[in-house]
Amino acid sequence: MSTAPVQPIPLPAEWRDFWSLTKPRVMSLVIFTGLCGLLAAPGSVNPVIGFVAILCIAVGAGGSAALNMWWEADIDAKMKRTANRALPAGRMDRTVARDFGIALSVGSVLVMGLGVGLLAAAVLAFSIFYYAVIYTIWLKPRTPQNIVIGGGAGAFPPMIGWIAATGDITLMPVLLFAIIFFWTPPHFWALALFIETDYAAAGIPMMPVVAGHKSTRRQILIYAVLLLPIALAPFLLHKTHWLYGLSALLLGSAFLLLSLRVATFRTPVNDADMRAEKRLFGFSILYLFALFGALVADRFILG
Amino acid sequence: MTQLDPNTERARIIKGRNRALALVLFSLAVLFFAITIVKRMP
Repeated sequence: MSTAPVQPIPLPAEWRDFWSLTKPRVMSLVIFTGLCGLLAAPGSVNPVIGFVAILCIAVGAGGSAALNMWWEADIDAKMKRTANRALPAGRMDRTVARDFGIALSVGSVLVMGLGVGLLAAAVLAFSIFYYAVIYTIWLKPRTPQNIVIGGGAGAFPPMIGWIAATGDITLMPVLLFAIIFFWTPPHFWALALFIETDYAAAGIPMMPVVAGHKSTRRQILIYAVLLLPIALAPFLLHKTHWLYGLSALLLGSAFLLLSLRVATFRTPVNDADMRAEKRLFGFSILYLFALFGALVADRFILG
Repeated sequence: MTQLDPNTERARIIKGRNRALALVLFSLAVLFFAITIVKRMP
């Protein structure tokens, strides 16, 4: 007769754990930019169809976030910031997270295709594939340019929102894509500069870990310089009015100034000295909300 | 701190998951209903 102790059956994951797999905080930015793309587009969209489009963008982002967490469970376990997530903490089985991510991704694309349009569904499907496979699985562990490439994934929502409203890809949704694409590197590298030790411990080739602080700071400035004309382009190409143009100019100048402070930091740094980086990171979030808010306000107030 | 009985805890978690799933399915049914109405409008 066996005397081995009976292993207790692990408890199932709570619904909150499934919710946390979708990265709700990231999703809020995705919903906001997607909604701005939808509202800033010319013409009018039925509110139900508009709601379905935003819901599908959000669920698709949640699905790709779940797939990201499934793939990166081992990496998350090594980082203080992510060690308490459902998978590294052992509250959920990895295959459950994978299946949940696939179900959300497939479901969001199907509903987008049936309810909104095939082009919007196709771009949504590609954005999920881009984030979950091209970025998470393929390039993130291999290159310090991972954040530049990952920026593409975050740049899709306003484009999808615009396509959902118009059924077409024109210059304007491409510009909205480009704004988030060029905004992402300074935003994330500012964060990476003050949580560098976490990424180093997990073996992720983040720019500050691989190329050093000096190079990262210089590249933050380069992207901030490039971001200013790109954010101004919708106004310069007569796609928006002065309200957006003025907002883009003021916000872009402030972004550039804060990036310049980060780039010209010379003294040896420690966590307590990272005020400029933390300020840039905080402002970058405000920048994106304010810029896209101005885009929608410009369209509704000035037509 | 008092330890919860695992069976009670399991029942609580499953109840919560079932409720969340029911809410999602109900919302989907309403959503499909709304999409159908909009799509059939002239």
